Amino acid sequence: MSTVANQQGLTDKGLGYKAHSIGGFRFERDEYFAHIFYPGGRHIMPVDAFLRALMRDVAWGFFYGTVNFDNVFGTVNHYGTVEMFIGLFNEAYRSTNRHHVETFESKDLKKVFEQMLQDWVNEGFDPFAAPDETGAPFGAKKGNNTKAIQRQRMVADRMVGLPGDLGYRTDQNGYPLNRQFQDIPTDQPEVHAEPGFEKDVHAYNFFNYVARSDVTWNPSVVSCVKDSQFCATTEEHILPITHGNDRVEWFIQATDEIIWDIDDRATGKPRAKVVMKAGDVAAMPADIRHRGYSPKRSILIVWENNDGTLPQKYASGQLKPYPVEF
Amino acid sequence: MSTQKTYFGSLEKYQKGAVEVLADDPKNYAFSNIFEVASTSKPYEKVAVGKNLKYVIEALRAEGTSPWFACAHDEAALCMDGEIEVHYVKPDQAPVAANKEGTVKLSAEPKGTKMGWVKIRRGHQALLPAGAAYQFRAAGKPGVLLVQTILGDATVEKWAEICQTKA
Repeated sequence: MSTVANQQGLTDKGLGYKAHSIGGFRFERDEYFAHIFYPGGRHIMPVDAFLRALMRDVAWGFFYGTVNFDNVFGTVNHYGTVEMFIGLFNEAYRSTNRHHVETFESKDLKKVFEQMLQDWVNEGFDPFAAPDETGAPFGAKKGNNTKAIQRQRMVADRMVGLPGDLGYRTDQNGYPLNRQFQDIPTDQPEVHAEPGFEKDVHAYNFFNYVARSDVTWNPSVVSCVKDSQFCATTEEHILPITHGNDRVEWFIQATDEIIWDIDDRATGKPRAKVVMKAGDVAAMPADIRHRGYSPKRSILIVWENNDGTLPQKYASGQLKPYPVEF
Repeated sequence: MSTQKTYFGSLEKYQKGAVEVLADDPKNYAFSNIFEVASTSKPYEKVAVGKNLKYVIEALRAEGTSPWFACAHDEAALCMDGEIEVHYVKPDQAPVAANKEGTVKLSAEPKGTKMGWVKIRRGHQALLPAGAAYQFRAAGKPGVLLVQTILGDATVEKWAEICQTKA
């Protein structure tokens, strides 16, 4: 298995980018496109869409289930290993046996993806930012943006702001209110803890914390009840991937509006559109894939069950793909 | 600088989206709105609006003073509307078995040590710590709480009443 970056690519135009390979896959980029070569074919994606999807896949550690970069290319997380595929969840590729799948150790694929981000993300382009907040990724290689691509996912053990737990976002530590959340109330709750109970009597401004997120479509854990995780995120523009669930997850729309396209997880056939406004709650069944559109930056709570046994239980049919029967 | 306005919901004013079905059953999405649920609930009725196996999220109409509750594990309460106080007591004797999950409604304030209190408004999240007893107090207009917890004796499930059932 090769995980090295090759100096010379098949599409090389002297733009300064390296080719990156792992197994039978080889990735190259030019001014506008990412080219994915695999045994039996070649796939092409707009490089801005590719880099935004790649950034999420790396930052989320391949996430829960399937990360579809588009309707052809993506990854499936098996929590230790990762399948990288062409056409695995595309009916046309499957029916003509043109799909291709390879399995890698998660750490090996993550390394290649990280090298690709480091090489292909130019100075001035932040793949985590909304398009209106960042420069363009196109053209010849020009510097890099290491700071943007090495952000760590934020995870609270118990709740944001508790002593010893995940800290607050403030102007002082580099997290100003986002430009589209200037009207979010930043008042603080009153907390009156008796001596000795400071680790238990606790409250904080959740909206103020989330509105200071400097990334989009990147949930961070704010509170936990055993395996129940509230993962809060700010969303703007389009979810850069189409997420294929390996378990039921839930969305709680805290502000504004997101419109979700829901397709069948296996075939990609459209099943529904879910329009969520502030206060709406909806389940995402375990047999769908979804992609969201947020016209204005909005606050979404992605509610996850982090039980590691769930993917096998859903895949085997032991659990039904929807959460409640009524 | 953006002048876009952020839209929140409230008991008094909210809009509800929908599941627009193409080839599915809307019930698979258990789609509801917490403000609509709270607008028709009894005060502090713990109505499940999300369920992920044993875990639930509950919408509560915060109006007046609640019963005392207790729980053996952490819970979290996010205020989505109104102004609500949470008062905490460390009971002298645990009112809930250590292995019991979900919220338990107590018959009265337990004897114990006062731990303190918090006052939360829209957007504030409060910890409901493991082993504590707590009471919500909303003196003003009714508010709405979203509680992250585990399915328990006090959880009310009425999915057919609160969820979209037709395309």
